[in-house]
Amino acid sequence: MWRSLVLALALLPGLAAPAVAQGARPSPAPPSPAAPADVVAKLLGDVASADSAVQEAAAVALGKTGDRKVLPLLEALREGSVYVRSLPGGRKETVIVGDKVSEGDKALVPLFTAYGREPIAGPDGRPLLADLATLAEVATGRSLRIAIRPLIDAFAGQNDLVNPDPAARRAAATKMAYTGDAATLQLLEAALTKESDRWVHFALEEGAALIRLRTGDPAERVIAAETLGRLRSANAMEPLYQLAGDPQAPSPLAAAAQVAVKRIERWGLFTQAIEIAFQGLSLSSILLLMALGLAIVFGLMGVINMAHGELMALGAYSTFLMQGWFATYFPGHFDYYFLVALPFSFLVSASAGFLLERGVIRFLYGRPLETLLLTWGVSLMIQQGLRLWFGAANVDVTSPRWLSGGIPVMIGVQLPYNRLFIIGLAAISVGVMYLLLFRTDAGLRIRAVTQNRGMAACLGVRARWVDAGTFALGAGLAGLAGCAITQIGNVGPELGQNYIVDSFMVVVTGGVGKLAGSILAAIGIGGLNKIIEPGMGAVFGKVLILVLVIVFIQRRPSGLFATKGRYAES
Amino acid sequence: MRSPERWGLLAGALVLVVVLPALNALPPGSPLRVSDFTLNLFGKFLAYAILALGIDLIWGYTGVLSLGHGVFFGLGAYAMGMHLMLEIGTRSVYGNVLPDFMVWNQVKELPLFWKPFYSVPFTLLAVLVVPALFAYVFGYLTFRSRIRGVYFSIITQALALSTWLLFNRNAMNLGGTNGLSGFKSIFGWSLNSATTQRGLYVATAICLCGAFLLCRWITRSPAGRVLIAIRDSENRVLFSGYSPAAFKVFVFVVSAMLAGVAGALYVPQVGIITPAKIGVLPSIEMIIWVGVGGRGTLLGPVVGALGVNWLQSFLTTTYPDLWLLVLGGLFVAVVLFFPDGVVGTAQKLITRLRPTIRAGAGAGTVGRPDEGRRPEEAKPQTELPHIQAR
Repeated sequence: MWRSLVLALALLPGLAAPAVAQGARPSPAPPSPAAPADVVAKLLGDVASADSAVQEAAAVALGKTGDRKVLPLLEALREGSVYVRSLPGGRKETVIVGDKVSEGDKALVPLFTAYGREPIAGPDGRPLLADLATLAEVATGRSLRIAIRPLIDAFAGQNDLVNPDPAARRAAATKMAYTGDAATLQLLEAALTKESDRWVHFALEEGAALIRLRTGDPAERVIAAETLGRLRSANAMEPLYQLAGDPQAPSPLAAAAQVAVKRIERWGLFTQAIEIAFQGLSLSSILLLMALGLAIVFGLMGVINMAHGELMALGAYSTFLMQGWFATYFPGHFDYYFLVALPFSFLVSASAGFLLERGVIRFLYGRPLETLLLTWGVSLMIQQGLRLWFGAANVDVTSPRWLSGGIPVMIGVQLPYNRLFIIGLAAISVGVMYLLLFRTDAGLRIRAVTQNRGMAACLGVRARWVDAGTFALGAGLAGLAGCAITQIGNVGPELGQNYIVDSFMVVVTGGVGKLAGSILAAIGIGGLNKIIEPGMGAVFGKVLILVLVIVFIQRRPSGLFATKGRYAES
Repeated sequence: MRSPERWGLLAGALVLVVVLPALNALPPGSPLRVSDFTLNLFGKFLAYAILALGIDLIWGYTGVLSLGHGVFFGLGAYAMGMHLMLEIGTRSVYGNVLPDFMVWNQVKELPLFWKPFYSVPFTLLAVLVVPALFAYVFGYLTFRSRIRGVYFSIITQALALSTWLLFNRNAMNLGGTNGLSGFKSIFGWSLNSATTQRGLYVATAICLCGAFLLCRWITRSPAGRVLIAIRDSENRVLFSGYSPAAFKVFVFVVSAMLAGVAGALYVPQVGIITPAKIGVLPSIEMIIWVGVGGRGTLLGPVVGALGVNWLQSFLTTTYPDLWLLVLGGLFVAVVLFFPDGVVGTAQKLITRLRPTIRAGAGAGTVGRPDEGRRPEEAKPQTELPHIQAR
């Protein structure tokens, strides 16, 4: 939504001052041909004809002129806002009417010219208001509306092909390829010569070939099939596949289509493999972000934090709140809300974690089962609290503009920014945690307390504060994960429940208190999930993974990297 | 065992098995009559109490926290539900011999695993054996590799989650999200009649008494004492030459069977079983029944299951928003302030108030009199099971 708004703003000066804007745009709009006035005048009369065949022919002829001033009329025809008014002297004029203005019990409407939709001024120089009852409505049938639709699309496509945003140009080219005819083909090829962006270029080439494949002469079609094969166009798979199996198709065309289908299929397998790997990596990093906090708290303190999921939900809701504040107080800088929300959600969850540790958990060290039940109770309360506060329905978190969209890396593969961001965030979090634990004083204290609480306390480490700090750190990481999740999933009171079991599996598989174990387990479980999913479905995939984890734990009861020391044997 | 307690238990059993259904059988309008609705609700709670006894056996006595008992409850319930579904026959909405949801899902033929459930003996056997078998395999795999403590809890929770996911699938042919419902009769008796419901209630109450006696027998046997020893120090038991894994598998299987029976008794009384009853949340709710009532006592789980469920049905009708907050609060309160639960705390109080009565037996029954310490076996205070490593 924001994108389109900004786009509209960017285009506004262009509409107001075409001469200035043409110089500024990267690829100037092709000058729209002005249709001969007498022809247009006759067609405008015909459009109002009661004979639907004449009407349709006129509308199509108008559309084919390519004159952009015809577009409002076509759109008005589709909406049914075209009327005929009688002029003095028995002449009739086709007009477009605007929104109704009520005056007394009469319904008045402003009038616009059919050609170019310019306001018609009355004798007093003000826009002319006419009583709707004095006008004759032009009836439009279904077949007419169907006939004008591709014409309107073509106009829209023409506009979008010169849009400064490459993504819009690409979308337009792809869209035009499906409905286009010879005229569209010319447009695409004209755009092709000016296009500098690689991906738009690809889409234009693909679109042109698709249209040729459908409408060209036999030789052209063969070439088009070969081109599509060379382009590895996934969009062309369907028509090519049909051609390859069509007994009536000319044999060179069918052969070319078969070759092309093979090429596209092979490429499809390749891109699918890449996509699965990327999705696996993305899921792994989400799991890792969540498991990191859990693993630190469990590994270092022996506390199973069932409320971890709800701390995550707190982070997600903090992001939602931050978004609301930005929309209210700094609407101009809305896109930066996420940058503020990241530390904010960390702080909110960390403070909640700190309170939790100081308030209740510190009484339960060394009693993991009790802590498990207690934190589960706390999680229920947080969950219900969120539900009462924000409502049971999911809340809407809008992605900032710089996180929507993605980088096309090769034909048929696009990496979404939000997933890349999460992968990056997970990597950075792991890096920072590593540095914190192994390269700072605070980390040294944490590790000392983990290894031998009594000894560490004797040496002057304030074990209780280390506990509270560590717990707050783990909770903060949960908040960070929650903030990241808002970009790819739903935010609701049950957010935590959906992920908690998976992240526990990661911790259990990885082994307690080892960062490396958690990372490896997260990548393993996330990757495996995505590999199994396409074949077996998400549910059976999940069940299979559970079975695998149980079998794995048979071999390695304390996880991938067993800790030696206090928690090895409880 | 002190005889007053024995008499108390006997009186309680009598009230549950005879008095309540008799009051229900009174003609309508008489002041003492227990309504059909109340009796039915009570029957459901008693089924839960059987389940809670099983959980107490494994958690309260053996110290193994299973967060997946909803699965075993569900297995028993679905086994019974499948039989009841088949018993509907052509009385269903679509008038097909197949259950309605299969017609809906365009299943043409009864799946193979449904066919044996036409038989009543098979169904009754399946109610016991399916959960037991499942618990045996799962328990053998986990306990053998010495998965214990929170690891076991987490794994069982994952088990509950994945079973829930599976049962939600239409492809399982178990009714998907909507579960099994629309039952008409059980073993030929109409489920709509008050007499059948009363009979089901009595059956549930008798099963509960049976389960209570079974658990009492187990916990008082030498094997039961090994269970307590495992809870207090598993390594010592291991080093003494016992196999904790074997005992744990045994108690896990018994507990799963009790859960299965509870499920089978639950289904005809409530009339529906859905995957929502076997997921993560219901599984952990079962734990809190035992916790509130008093783990490590046999009366505790029964009291807890009745009390918490009564509270739930009261709150969810009057203050629906509060229930989850109260449930969460119960978890916190039980862990922090009442680790012995209602019954455990009450017993402690009673013992403190009557320190002189039966000095030998009294000393042996501090906290948990049901742990089967006969007076002559009473041990010095220091080895009492409730003073465990926490």
